[in-house]
Amino acid sequence: MMSGTIANVRPPAAQLDGAKRRQVLRQYRRSQRRDSLRALALVAPLCVFLAVMFGWPLATMLTRAVSNDDFGAVLHRTSASLAEWDGTGTPSERVYADFAADLRQARDEQTMGQVTSALNFEWTGARSLLMRTVRQLSSEPENGWKEKLIETAPDWGNPDLWILIKRLAQPYTSRHFLAALDLEQAADGSIQGVGPEKAIYVTLFWRTLWVSAAVAGLCLVLGYPLATLLARLPLKTSNLLMMLVLLPFWTSLLVRTTSWMVLLQDNGVINSMLVWLGLVSDGNRLSLIFNVTGTLIAMTHVLLPFMILPLYSVMKSIPPSYVRAALSLGASPVTAFWQVYLPQTIPGVLAGTLMVFVLAVGYYITPALVGGQSGQLISNIIAYHMQQSLNWGLAGALGSLLLVGVLLVYWLFNRLTGGQGLRMG
Amino acid sequence: MAAVTFENVSKTYDGKVSVVDNLNLRVKEGEFLSMLGPSGSGKTTCLMMLAGFETATSGEIYLGERPISRVAPQRRNIGMVFQNYALFPHMTVAENLAFPLRVRNISKADIAPKVKRALEMVELAHLGDRLPAQLSGGQQQRVAVARALVFDPNLVLMDEPLGALDKQLREQMQYEIKRIHDRLGLTVVYVTHDQSEALTMSDTVAIFNFGKIQQLATPDEIYETPCNSFVAQFIGENNMFSGTICERGDGVCKVRLANGDQVHALTVTDAPVGATTLLSLRPERIRIDPPAADGWTITTGEVIEQIYVGDHLRVLVRVFGGHEFVVKVQNRSAGNGLTPGQKIRLGWRASDCRALDAAAGQAGAA
Repeated sequence: MMSGTIANVRPPAAQLDGAKRRQVLRQYRRSQRRDSLRALALVAPLCVFLAVMFGWPLATMLTRAVSNDDFGAVLHRTSASLAEWDGTGTPSERVYADFAADLRQARDEQTMGQVTSALNFEWTGARSLLMRTVRQLSSEPENGWKEKLIETAPDWGNPDLWILIKRLAQPYTSRHFLAALDLEQAADGSIQGVGPEKAIYVTLFWRTLWVSAAVAGLCLVLGYPLATLLARLPLKTSNLLMMLVLLPFWTSLLVRTTSWMVLLQDNGVINSMLVWLGLVSDGNRLSLIFNVTGTLIAMTHVLLPFMILPLYSVMKSIPPSYVRAALSLGASPVTAFWQVYLPQTIPGVLAGTLMVFVLAVGYYITPALVGGQSGQLISNIIAYHMQQSLNWGLAGALGSLLLVGVLLVYWLFNRLTGGQGLRMG
Repeated sequence: MAAVTFENVSKTYDGKVSVVDNLNLRVKEGEFLSMLGPSGSGKTTCLMMLAGFETATSGEIYLGERPISRVAPQRRNIGMVFQNYALFPHMTVAENLAFPLRVRNISKADIAPKVKRALEMVELAHLGDRLPAQLSGGQQQRVAVARALVFDPNLVLMDEPLGALDKQLREQMQYEIKRIHDRLGLTVVYVTHDQSEALTMSDTVAIFNFGKIQQLATPDEIYETPCNSFVAQFIGENNMFSGTICERGDGVCKVRLANGDQVHALTVTDAPVGATTLLSLRPERIRIDPPAADGWTITTGEVIEQIYVGDHLRVLVRVFGGHEFVVKVQNRSAGNGLTPGQKIRLGWRASDCRALDAAAGQAGAA
């Protein structure tokens, strides 16, 4: 039968009249609903887990980066009365009185620390200033709080300090983000760069980006030929080799990083070998570790499997007949590789590069152990602010910037892959 | 002049089993030669050696006068159509076709008309901008053929090119490939395991088994006069039954069957008197109620079953005390009155019954 005839026969069977169609539609929706409910039930545990263990902490850290709650809560009277101040000259007596009341309450409730630390980041000597001021709060002043406070410390007569307090008392602040970008808000509200002696984060961001890009590049250069080989070998051999790729993957990260220390240090295996071979004089041993070089070497090694696996899975799906076809059509092996094989591995290249890059951007343990001073990455400074300086707001801001950067890279890669998303396997 | 010559070519992968065993073959200029055989019979290996993707363990292959063992695949100028077409998925149809021209450093101005002509040849001129994935299986197949021809190769190889198509499309493509072959006067070596494809398309068919060519002949010779029991069984349908040669005459012999009956047969095997032989008889050569005539073998049988196929009926008949014969009867009128259990007379020309070698499928039988 001709296909045209079939097409002519079909529509009457598919067309249902009103009532019947509505019923069928209802049945169809009901059967669909059951399916989607079951699907939802299956992913629900994971969704709950992700929301509690990942989504919530992430949101908390992000809000910390902009939130200023503590300062404003402790100085709630002051911030209320400061709202009416226009920022010119010194504030009114009421502001000073409210400030004294807030400070007294903070001293009694032992919440001074929150005020002190926030103010101290921005105002040199704020800690001792506040200490001195709090001591004067016991007795009521004769001519009002304004005179007494300014008498105690001339800083209280400086409008800039009050502008700062007004700014800090707002529930949301941009100062963490500014600090994370080596910027600060001057007393007059304008944004300016911090002095060169305080500027460290932008340098670190750039270093993190180029180290991650370099690690991704190195992994690609090392991983591509290996993945090609794995994809071409018979399954038995490639499985064995794949085992060798995965073996370090299953070894503790600490163990692997530590073994790089053994290999790379000044008196390590590699330097001793080079000296023994006479390639390097004993006095000029290469410094391969506790600097950027060490970070690069160790991170490339650790992240290599993340490049090889997506590459391998993509290459495995390319039938050998493509390259054969190219050869039979007259292409040299080199041309066949560049014009036929390589373009088809691009999804794997992009997936592997993105994976390595994103992992490298957030890498923490390896640079901490082998990076020395010059090999530290942004995640190390985030950890420092989380654990040592306890400036969680700044840590949150740095982390948010990192997250935004990674999302940008992801978006860019998605554009490059033509919106098909990633092919991880 | 021979376009391709295989001279004592052998191929082994493990040093023990010969995939191709001392093969000799000449393909004439302009010939359409099919290599037909079961999987693992060495036909694809032969094609791959010809294309340059496998090297012969011993022997030599000539393209025209030129030995090609040491010529890299890309220098052989052989067009090839692959089983799954191997169209480059990241290039459009036109780019796929331009690829062999581009790597030959042909100027852009010359490429465009050649690509256009090749697309017109396979009636796809309007689809040049599509990607292969946007084409149907049949269209991809045509593009693959056009790509293998666009650079005017000396020889075109096809490795089961129609295997992935459904039956109707396959038959249409068989016709189209044959038409292109006739028009361009190409030399084609075509590998397939579909016998009807080989028989309908080829000038010559080479039947492969166990790395050897069992028979090399025109399609009708292959079907009418199979030279051994493997070919007889492999091509078409056959009633095979064995017996012992008890008399050899001039081209004919007398064979005694297991139940003591004796039949005349055309001697194909060179086995001596007393040896076992396999007799083959095509189902359509058996007549029910045959005319009494000279040179006919007549016997009686019992109808076991009748199967209605449409254009013909297959009648299963028990003869010679146990053998089940298939008899094809043309469906000339509705019903022929045969019922199971009925005794009927059967007959065939003695020359239609061929006495072949004893063991079907044995290597070295040719």
